[in-house]
Amino acid sequence: MRFGVVVFPGTWSDRDCGWVIDQVLGAELRYLWHKDRDLQGCDCVILPGGFSHGDYLRTGAIARFSPVMESVAEFAGRGGLVWGICNGFQILCEAGLLPGALIRNDALQYRCEWTNLVCERTDTAYSSLVERRQVLRIPISHGEGNYFADPPTLSRLEQQGQVVFRYADERGFVVPAANPNGSIHNIAGIVNERGNVLGMMPHPERAAEAVVGSADGIFLFRSVIQSAMKVLSA
Amino acid sequence: MITSSWLARVIVTPKPVVNDPQGLTVAQGLRTLGFDEVHGVRIGKYIEIEVTAEHRREARERVEEMCRKLLANHVIEDFRFEVEEAPAELPTG
Repeated sequence: MRFGVVVFPGTWSDRDCGWVIDQVLGAELRYLWHKDRDLQGCDCVILPGGFSHGDYLRTGAIARFSPVMESVAEFAGRGGLVWGICNGFQILCEAGLLPGALIRNDALQYRCEWTNLVCERTDTAYSSLVERRQVLRIPISHGEGNYFADPPTLSRLEQQGQVVFRYADERGFVVPAANPNGSIHNIAGIVNERGNVLGMMPHPERAAEAVVGSADGIFLFRSVIQSAMKVLSA
Repeated sequence: MITSSWLARVIVTPKPVVNDPQGLTVAQGLRTLGFDEVHGVRIGKYIEIEVTAEHRREARERVEEMCRKLLANHVIEDFRFEVEEAPAELPTG
């Protein structure tokens, strides 16, 4: 099982993802420079958090035109696992690999805090080891995490069950008070129709060991490994 | 071939359906200053682009393409622009 972690100029969570992959899980890791097109046979490509290209113009707007993104789009088109976290989610929306957009937080503040996520889909490659309605404690760290989609897109997302994670309270109730950024329907993470591309604002790679305050993020990484192993052994 | 220099002034605005927390905050600030007549503020971007093209029409087509591909995100933003002829650059030195 090999993970690829894409590095753009301004990416800052690449090493956090790398730590979880090779130190915590002992899986294979490749860093993929944004100007390279070779995904080096990775089974899952992560677009990590950060401020690619300084977040200039719009978050993710420049990064989506990096050469590596052509390969990422082609890989996603073949059903490959593409996982965007924070800035990676913003890039996937800009690239049209996921619907909607991420706009400035409604409170205008950069929010760096713990959130509770309720998992609504446990049949995706990213959440197969999570219990249905399980509450995951995973932090956010962003200024533009306010998920927006126009009404037809939103109702399609909801009807097709593409919302994987929502901000919730500690008991898993999706309430306005638990929404840290104004995201429509408390949306924290979505998948594409096929289920192989996931975008989420919270950072599971920063909650993968008890020593940092929560190990809930590890469920997602382990789910990916399990799914990839199934594909590899099929 | 004769080419000219053109200046495009691009304005990108949030779509009406998109919440604009920046605009709401500035509106509040203006009312705090006593501008009670303010009942709406929307904040977008202003971008100037210098381009070389044979004709204005060609310059317009290229700038429109730039807006669609990069300068505006059609999910959340609208754009408009105007193109004017820029004074020819004088050789230096």
